[in-house]
Amino acid sequence: MISQTFKEAVTAVWSMVVGLKVTGKNFLLPQITVHYPRQVVTNLDTYRGHIELVAKDENPFAARCIMCGQCENNCPSGCITIESVTREIPVETPKEPAPGEEAKPAPKPKKVKELTQFLLDYNLCSLCGLCVQHCPVDSLRFSRDVYLAGYSRGEFEFELLEMLKKRGKK
Amino acid sequence: MSHCAATELTGDTYTRRFDKGPTGDTLIVNMGPQHPSTHGVLRVIIELDGEYILRAEPVLGYVHRMHEKMGEVKSFTQYLPNMGRVDYLHAMAWNWAYVGAVEKLGGVEVPERAEYLRVIATELGRISSHLVWWGAYLLDLGAFTPIMYAFDDREIILDLLQIITGSRLTYCYFRFGGVIADVTPAFVSGLTEFLARFKSRLPMYKDLVTDNAILRKRCEEIGVIDVDMARRYGATGPVLRGSGVAYDTRRAEPYGIYDRFDFEIPVFPEGDAMARYMVRMREMEESVKIIEQALAQMPGGEHLSAKAPKPAWKPGVGEAYFAVEGARGKIGVYVVSDGTKNPYRVKLRAPSYCNLSLFPELAQGVILADAVSIMGSLDLVIPEIDR
Amino acid sequence: MPDMNALLAGIPAELTRLILALVALMVFIGLNGLALVWVERKVAGHVQRRPGPYEVGPFGLIQPIVDAVKLVAKQLATPAGADKFLYWLAPLLSFLPIFLLFIPIPFSKNLVGLDTNLGILLILAFAGLNVLALCLAGWGQNNKWGLLGAGRAVAQSVAYEIPLLLAVLAVSFQTGSLSLTEITAKQGAWPWQWNIVVQPLAFFLYFICAVAETNRAPFDLPEAESELTAGFHTEYSGMGFGLFFLAEYANMIVVCSVATVLFLGGWQGPIEPGWWWFLIKMYALLVVIIWFRWTYPRVRFDQLLNLNWKWLLPLSMVNLLATAFAVKLFA
Repeated sequence: MISQTFKEAVTAVWSMVVGLKVTGKNFLLPQITVHYPRQVVTNLDTYRGHIELVAKDENPFAARCIMCGQCENNCPSGCITIESVTREIPVETPKEPAPGEEAKPAPKPKKVKELTQFLLDYNLCSLCGLCVQHCPVDSLRFSRDVYLAGYSRGEFEFELLEMLKKRGKK
Repeated sequence: MSHCAATELTGDTYTRRFDKGPTGDTLIVNMGPQHPSTHGVLRVIIELDGEYILRAEPVLGYVHRMHEKMGEVKSFTQYLPNMGRVDYLHAMAWNWAYVGAVEKLGGVEVPERAEYLRVIATELGRISSHLVWWGAYLLDLGAFTPIMYAFDDREIILDLLQIITGSRLTYCYFRFGGVIADVTPAFVSGLTEFLARFKSRLPMYKDLVTDNAILRKRCEEIGVIDVDMARRYGATGPVLRGSGVAYDTRRAEPYGIYDRFDFEIPVFPEGDAMARYMVRMREMEESVKIIEQALAQMPGGEHLSAKAPKPAWKPGVGEAYFAVEGARGKIGVYVVSDGTKNPYRVKLRAPSYCNLSLFPELAQGVILADAVSIMGSLDLVIPEIDR
Repeated sequence: MPDMNALLAGIPAELTRLILALVALMVFIGLNGLALVWVERKVAGHVQRRPGPYEVGPFGLIQPIVDAVKLVAKQLATPAGADKFLYWLAPLLSFLPIFLLFIPIPFSKNLVGLDTNLGILLILAFAGLNVLALCLAGWGQNNKWGLLGAGRAVAQSVAYEIPLLLAVLAVSFQTGSLSLTEITAKQGAWPWQWNIVVQPLAFFLYFICAVAETNRAPFDLPEAESELTAGFHTEYSGMGFGLFFLAEYANMIVVCSVATVLFLGGWQGPIEPGWWWFLIKMYALLVVIIWFRWTYPRVRFDQLLNLNWKWLLPLSMVNLLATAFAVKLFA
């Protein structure tokens, strides 16, 4: 019994010394902290920031968006509001029919939808990715906007079309 | 319940209904809802006789966010991000539970590669969750450094999971019919490196903490749960396995492809806090084994089924229950659909809720410091309890 | 003029020396308190693989000063229902006796406040005042958690004084004196001539008791942050807390100084003995105490008392008896 107690005591004291060795070793190892902002992390290319519009290949100031409304409907938080206008493109008036031919019916004017505003209320976004996943024309992607900070809620209500145009300018 | 002690109408309704004991010489204290060691917003009303706890009663609801109600007003697909928030420490498991339930309900098939990806993601989440538990538990016990070492390893896991999901904590990785993204070569190489590094870190954890005499004294023979008590309260997970019952949902009610992996279920019979501690430490090692096997066996293929349902999908009338083994225990999601686009009912079975219900009985007659140790060893995440 | 001279000559030299010593000690304790705060946070940081304070000043050196300014600038709020007198007496009572504890300690051959032949007795007696301060703090703040913490602290302090005393007594037996200057003088310059070689067990016991007396981890239950929010200083903020904080660090310095004098040869050292050796040894022990805090979890309260009554006390008595025998046989 005495030898048992003695052995336990020695094991206990030895475990203390081992613990000190571990922390002592770690004291001499380099820091893991990244001293932001003097240093930055380097793995941000996969970061899921707020969504942004993807530009058309041929026109960097226009989005691929076809205003189908899928992202708006699928969003669990109702962050997205799409506004568009429908314009009529004037169509050529048909030529006078040649004598003997019937007059062709006047073609209907073509209607074109144009995106005017793509509002994202980032305050509500949960970054689920359903909008990005289900866009039929891949018009949405995640940005890498990590260092995002603002003083009020209003600063996180983004107008993505505007941001696309700004990116296009650069 | 009679208000026999309500001579002083101070405190709120819970304090007033918590009658003082027969001697009247006791102290009624509130631990929480703001307290450094109730892991989240948990309030425990304690009646103390000196240092000994006579009665303890948890008061819940401080983080109730109405997840189950949200399940009724959102569509099936729109509910996916909620699952990452219920228990943010093992978000992958909750993702899987819900997705599994709906897939069962709607008969959606999952490609094989996606099954492997699910396993890898969930097991990484399990390691990450156990690291947080370990660090926080030791923080409760007064050791301030192990949490830093644990988070050093956890950072790597979070960085890895960021590669495939884009997120670090509240993942929305699972979809009906697979997962949202495949792994990249960077992920695979990073993961292999991490597994090797983690295996070399575990002996350090053992040296610093597990073998430490002070920790052993704080954990051994504390909060002993015998099998009968665990069964009465419906405890699952490491709490149950620390009492000698070899019940793991991955083996008992297999889901996914867990039957293809060779791993052990760590079981320790003592039922004390040390047993639960050892179960979780061993579980981390087993998770490493599972991930290695999954990486080796993973076939090519798609990560999301081509026949995966579209967002506005209605699974048809029916009900389904799906259980997974989370880091805390058995996570269950029960979905009832009445054919409309929103579920009729989503019931979330949180393992911490049942594990917490053990606490009042465990805490009777123990010293306050031990109550903290017991609560830490139960590994509670309060948002999961309150949902 | 001659009256002035006569007046000044009338002041006993001892009194002048004492006053000078107290002033010097105030400076010493103040500076060391600040330095220790910095050292602790830096050591903690590096053990945890992070930088510790580094923004405020180069390497965060100005951090403690800024913290002190913050504490001084805070409102001196008394909690509702607190006993005002006791509440504010407690930090003062905790901090002021520290100066007395330093007076008999020889920093070098001539740098001693009061070369009394009862140095150890003086130190042990006034160290006990801290217990009273804890009592008053716990009671005066009208907070259940504070009361619990104070209760624990008192039991702990009282319990650990006994093996401390016995370990110190063993050294006194061996030297044949209670005077710290004499104990230092009897040791030699080289490490093998220090008392630790002859009394390793006493040093070990003394050190453990010292850590427990100063309420440092792993014996820091009275301020167990994760259980009792902050124990006996829960309700204190601003300078009240600052005084407790400073008192804790000053206590640490005292016990390390006493350990240096008793076991590590004091100001003696190879090549050139002097106050620098004293400071080096004292800081080495302080770093070890800080190292302990960041390595070990907290010892539970009853286990703490168990450790004292079942292990430290018998061991220290055995040590004392063995020393007594040895002294009788070999002196």
